[in-house]
Amino acid sequence: MELKNIVIIGATSSIAQHCARHWLAKPCCVLLVGRSEERLARVADDLRVRSPQSEISFATLDFLDPLAVESLVRNAVTPSSIDLALIAHGDLPDQEQVQRDLAGCRDALALNAISPALFAEALVCKMEQTGGGQLVVIGSVAGDRGRKSNYIYGSAKALLDRYVQGLQHRFSGSAITVTLVKPGPTSTPMTAHLGDAGPGLAPVESVAQCIVQGVGKGKLVIYAPGKWALIMMVIRHLPRFIFNKLDI
Amino acid sequence: MVALASWGRLGSWQHEVTQLHREKGLAQVLADSAPGIAYGMGRSYGDVCLNPGGAAWKTRGLNCFIHFDPASGVLECESGVLLQEIQALTVPQGWMLPVTPGTQFVTLGGAVANDVHGKNHHAMGSFGDHLQQLTLVRSDGQVIHCGPDLEPSWFAATVGGMGLTGVISRVTLALRPVLGPCLDVESVPYANLDEFFELADDSERDWEYTVSWIDCLARKSRRGIFYRANHSSESSCVARRRQGMRVPLTPPISLVNRFSLRPFNALYYHLKKSRAGLSREHYQPFFYPLDSITDWNRMYGPNGFYQYQCVLPPEQRKDGIEAILSEIACSNTGSFLAVLKTFGQREALGMLSFPCPGVTLALDFPNRGATTLALMSRLDRIVAAAGGRLYAAKDACMSRDLFTSGYPGIAGFAAFRDPGISSALSRRLLGS
Ligand SMILES: Cc1cc2nc3c(=O)[nH]c(=O)nc-3n(C[C@H](O)[C@H](O)[C@H](O)COP(=O)(O)OP(=O)(O)OC[C@H]3O[C@@H](n4cnc5c(N)ncnc54)[C@H](O)[C@@H]3O)c2cc1C
Ligand SMILES: NC(=O)c1ccc[n+]([C@@H]2O[C@H](COP(=O)([O-])OP(=O)(O)OC[C@H]3O[C@@H](n4cnc5c(N)ncnc54)[C@H](OP(=O)(O)O)[C@@H]3O)[C@@H](O)[C@H]2O)c1
Repeated sequence: MELKNIVIIGATSSIAQHCARHWLAKPCCVLLVGRSEERLARVADDLRVRSPQSEISFATLDFLDPLAVESLVRNAVTPSSIDLALIAHGDLPDQEQVQRDLAGCRDALALNAISPALFAEALVCKMEQTGGGQLVVIGSVAGDRGRKSNYIYGSAKALLDRYVQGLQHRFSGSAITVTLVKPGPTSTPMTAHLGDAGPGLAPVESVAQCIVQGVGKGKLVIYAPGKWALIMMVIRHLPRFIFNKLDI
Repeated sequence: MVALASWGRLGSWQHEVTQLHREKGLAQVLADSAPGIAYGMGRSYGDVCLNPGGAAWKTRGLNCFIHFDPASGVLECESGVLLQEIQALTVPQGWMLPVTPGTQFVTLGGAVANDVHGKNHHAMGSFGDHLQQLTLVRSDGQVIHCGPDLEPSWFAATVGGMGLTGVISRVTLALRPVLGPCLDVESVPYANLDEFFELADDSERDWEYTVSWIDCLARKSRRGIFYRANHSSESSCVARRRQGMRVPLTPPISLVNRFSLRPFNALYYHLKKSRAGLSREHYQPFFYPLDSITDWNRMYGPNGFYQYQCVLPPEQRKDGIEAILSEIACSNTGSFLAVLKTFGQREALGMLSFPCPGVTLALDFPNRGATTLALMSRLDRIVAAAGGRLYAAKDACMSRDLFTSGYPGIAGFAAFRDPGISSALSRRLLGS
């Protein structure tokens, strides 16, 4: 039997790693993409033990280099087809710091918005040539409404929202599905410094499970955990004169 | 600051929590936040994993497998991996943990740090007996690799060392082969302690697993149900998937109390007695009977509960256990989860390991404040007089004297302490 082909960009992300553990419960052929060989090797070893029949390889590149992204997707990715691709990388900058440091601000916008869009564009191009596939992009609830405590990160995630919307429009009725995932605050290395927010953070296992379930059903938008769909609907609809008084 | 509790839920205390996610840079994290203590799944009952007002290093993020050789059964992984993850991965491949405690929701690091035991102590010893190597990261940046033949004194200090010698980042252990997930189980009712000891002694030769539930509230008798089991050559038995059972909230008072306990214990005894005999069971309900009820510890209400687990040397086993049980029976408080079992004739390798030859009794008492503490201190006197010891993983209130008399290995232990590590228990029982 042909193994399912999976590509994971930002494969060292804790959320991605936990999704991969679910997907690899059945043997798959997986390409893990990241920036650090050492960290990718750790993830690859873990997946090899958990799923000995899977074929697991990894590749590194500069996440902002369009040529590198293009050639990775064209060459390194399995020749046949991509059944499932997850774009998971991201970085939550210190908002106050990137307000003052414009280079940092640019880097945060680039990593969280431009880089995932470059990967997505290259991946759907490949999927178009090979007859379809499922693309999953991790956005964030932070992209649903701008707020003072994280709008630089949030606006980058908001770009992904519109970007994925565009892809969904472009591929409607085709064999390509594109899904946007919006996790709520989750306990991962990205949020490790938010110590005192600890109890409000969802366990990464349950966020991953929610994502995997939604992807399995072919959902177009996945809030993870699901309760965030309701919370964000309320937040999106709060009149501005109330919202702007909130200290969030 | 984040509130953390342990399994006994005697309280919750503010901690400066750091999630450990990678081995790389671990020493720096420890140095930056020391003094602290490693916190695995918090399945210890007392204060061994707590450091109120100070740092707690949560190890669950160190959850990668590193290598597994299905030919030899040797497994290497990070210390935050759960025993449950190991069993789920390896049992279908014909391997299993050689020693496992009564819950599989504990981390590998926690299992090493308390040198946990299972129902097969007489056959397999304790967790430490199956380790090949540990990696220990200290708050001064030192990284020590140790094992039975490598830095053996560091190894002996760390196995059962209650997290006080450093943070264990990775573990290599040898699994044992199994034909499948099934056990052949026999349950035998007993009417008194003589019968219990006879069953226990007779069963040690032919049965790998032995344990018993004892009705510590029956007024006159010392009745109970003895369970013994071996791995089965049959491979078909279904895991009882009693999914979804959960104690949804903490009731305002303990549901385990003097009105509920006596009838409950009697019911349990008669039910199990009527079903005594041989059966084939999946390993999960046999090893982990309580794991199917999520958050069962909430049943004890907002004040939580104490566990009390002692081991008494072989010479004192009958009189000592009898004395403890009569003391409890008089106290009008008592325990549903009362477990009585014998340990085999072997010393553990850890300086502060709990298991040793003799008989061990584990009980839980709803926390009723001073009454419960007074009862436990009466029990402490019996244990001390019998030359026994208490299990630190379950303890929240033993005296320093009892700890010192129970654990002669304590004298050599100080040299291996990490000065950047301190827990509520270490301050209570070791002075720092
Ligand atoms: C229902 C139930 C049944 C049980 N049955 C048994 C039994 O049959 N036999 C038995 O022996 N025990 C038993 N226990 C106790 C339990 O196995 C131990 O307390 C175990 O150590 C808990 O592991 P944990 O991961 O939750 O660690 P925690 O409780 O969080 O921590 C325990 C100790 O380990 C240290 N520690 C944790 N991780 C590390 C690390 N990476 N490096 C260094 N130190 C570390 C902590 O500092 C602490 O001292 C039972 C507990 C429950 C709740
Ligand atoms: N955690 C949350 O609360 C939360 C909430 C909403 C959305 N999200 C989103 O979920 C996704 C996964 O994050 P996570 O929570 O799993 O965090 P994580 O474990 O910290 O993962 C972050 C990932 O991004 C990669 N990355 C960061 N900067 C990079 C760079 N400059 N170049 C290349 N890769 C880089 C990291 O690679 P290295 O391993 O090499 O560092 C890592 O793979 C992200 O898109 C994040 O924005 C998270």
